[in-house]
Amino acid sequence: MARAVVTFPAQAKRGEIIEIKTLAAHSMETGFRRTQTGELIPRDIIRRFSCTYNGTEVYRVDLHPAIAANPLIVFTTIATETGTLSFHWVGDNGYTATETAPIRVE
Amino acid sequence: MTTRREFLVATAAALVPAAVEAQIDPNQAANRKAAFQAALRKIVGDSQLRRGRVKLELPPLIDNGNSVPLSVAVESPMTATDHVVAIHVLTEKNPLPDVVSVHLGPRAGRARLSTRVRLADTQSVLAIAQLSDGSFWSDSAEVVVTLSACLEEGLI
Repeated sequence: MARAVVTFPAQAKRGEIIEIKTLAAHSMETGFRRTQTGELIPRDIIRRFSCTYNGTEVYRVDLHPAIAANPLIVFTTIATETGTLSFHWVGDNGYTATETAPIRVE
Repeated sequence: MTTRREFLVATAAALVPAAVEAQIDPNQAANRKAAFQAALRKIVGDSQLRRGRVKLELPPLIDNGNSVPLSVAVESPMTATDHVVAIHVLTEKNPLPDVVSVHLGPRAGRARLSTRVRLADTQSVLAIAQLSDGSFWSDSAEVVVTLSACLEEGLI
């Protein structure tokens, strides 16, 4: 099963800009490496990451083979209302990972 | 240490046609330059690319190109009428010029991205920000890479 970790403050003041750190466990095989016998190792990467805040997309990233293994993505969003933040990773060979976490806004 | 078995496998691999393909293409540098220009055109189109407003941070000397901390920050008020729409990062000498593309809006609060990338060679890295008024701004960074991603790990 795909593993991913997300960290951000559990509660924030309304209008505050919060920093979100996300990390997904993935080898991000580039498709340029070869085995000892010269065969190309097929590409296997995460293609897209998105973050939605109560159903509204706030941040989306298109990833390419030049992103290091176990992709780390750090970004910010504005704490507008109490609700849930959900994170979604989609990749080659049917890879998907989803994380959701609540946020309390005062 | 290379064992006798590994040596024989590697020697045999050097003789089969698949390994011939693995040889470096003599036009590689020119091809990558063309691919970089094509990727740049695809993002910017016919618009003018101006310097400034974008800050690209990369360590100047990189021991290991497999994992390089990269961060991009764009100066913008991030309001509904004036915000950053997209951030793109391109490299000149990686096998593929595209590194990462970010799509964001006023809800992001700040136009920022931090991640870790692979760099194949000593080269310059370009960060481009597209603003909501349709203008493009950029910043570039020169990096020296001692252990390259992609190339040295050809045999695993």
